[in-house]
Amino acid sequence: MVEEMKVEKEYLMIKMPEEIDHHNSVEIGKRADRFILSEKIEHVVFDFEKTRFMDSSGIGILIGRYKRISCFGGKVFAVHADRQIKRLLLLSGLEKIVEIMD
Amino acid sequence: MNNNEMKLEFDAISENEGFARVAVAAFITPLNPTLEEINDVKTAVSEAVTNAIIHGYEEKGGKITIRCHISGDFLTLIVEDKGKGIEDIDKAMEPLFTTRPDMDRSGMGFAFMEAFMDNLEVESKPGEGCRIIMEKKLGLSPWIEQEEETVRESIHSR
Ligand SMILES: Nc1ncnc2c1ncn2[C@@H]1O[C@H](COP(=O)(O)OP(=O)(O)OP(=O)(O)O)[C@@H](O)[C@H]1O
Ligand SMILES: [Mg+2]
Repeated sequence: MVEEMKVEKEYLMIKMPEEIDHHNSVEIGKRADRFILSEKIEHVVFDFEKTRFMDSSGIGILIGRYKRISCFGGKVFAVHADRQIKRLLLLSGLEKIVEIMD
Repeated sequence: MNNNEMKLEFDAISENEGFARVAVAAFITPLNPTLEEINDVKTAVSEAVTNAIIHGYEEKGGKITIRCHISGDFLTLIVEDKGKGIEDIDKAMEPLFTTRPDMDRSGMGFAFMEAFMDNLEVESKPGEGCRIIMEKKLGLSPWIEQEEETVRESIHSR
């Protein structure tokens, strides 16, 4: 299963895949960056509704996109993260730079 | 008390990251681990294997070995590569330290292994490779898990 990306106004919405690791994270980052460069995107929303596994590769995706858009006032959102994913986000201190919402 | 052991050797390519964590998860299933424990072990395996692929072999390939040993309800997990090794182990283990910020690595791998396993040891010599030894007691009884949950909730609702 592959992630789905779509643009809604100034938001890039990314439905994250069932498993996120180094095997697919590089491609997700690259695809997101193509959208960020080619469209008028301010904010990026990562939707973890379908995600059952994630490792530090997922943290890297979020930090990488934050670095790209934050200098223009953009925000990164993480929605529908389950308990395990929230643990990873909090251990990494991402609540300081990412809005974590249910 | 049951004892059980397994050894896996596979190519250091990203396709095998999912395989490695599912294989280890299947191996520990007879111990009746909680879902959270399974996820913890899978994350730790994923971190160690990914490190071997990206840092140890710099994505040029090689062999990774995983050894699992179960003694009673105690798991020992050893992940080994024969890659370039680590110069400064203490530095490498610091949270947020990474030598590859260019490829969106966050420097959280060792921190996650440390958080999700009971014990973590790193042995490495530059040029010789890296051996990660992790230990975890599995199959916490339901009431202990319940307690952990209550504590976590009280911390985060503050
Ligand atoms: N098997 C290994 N061989 C050689 N160097 C390693 C190995 N594992 C880790 N390292 C070194 O230790 C550093 C920290 O590893 P760690 O897993 O904590 O972070 P990372 O892999 O850089 O980022 P992340 O895991 O968050 O994606 C790495 O950047 C790398 O320099
Ligand atoms: Mg790592």
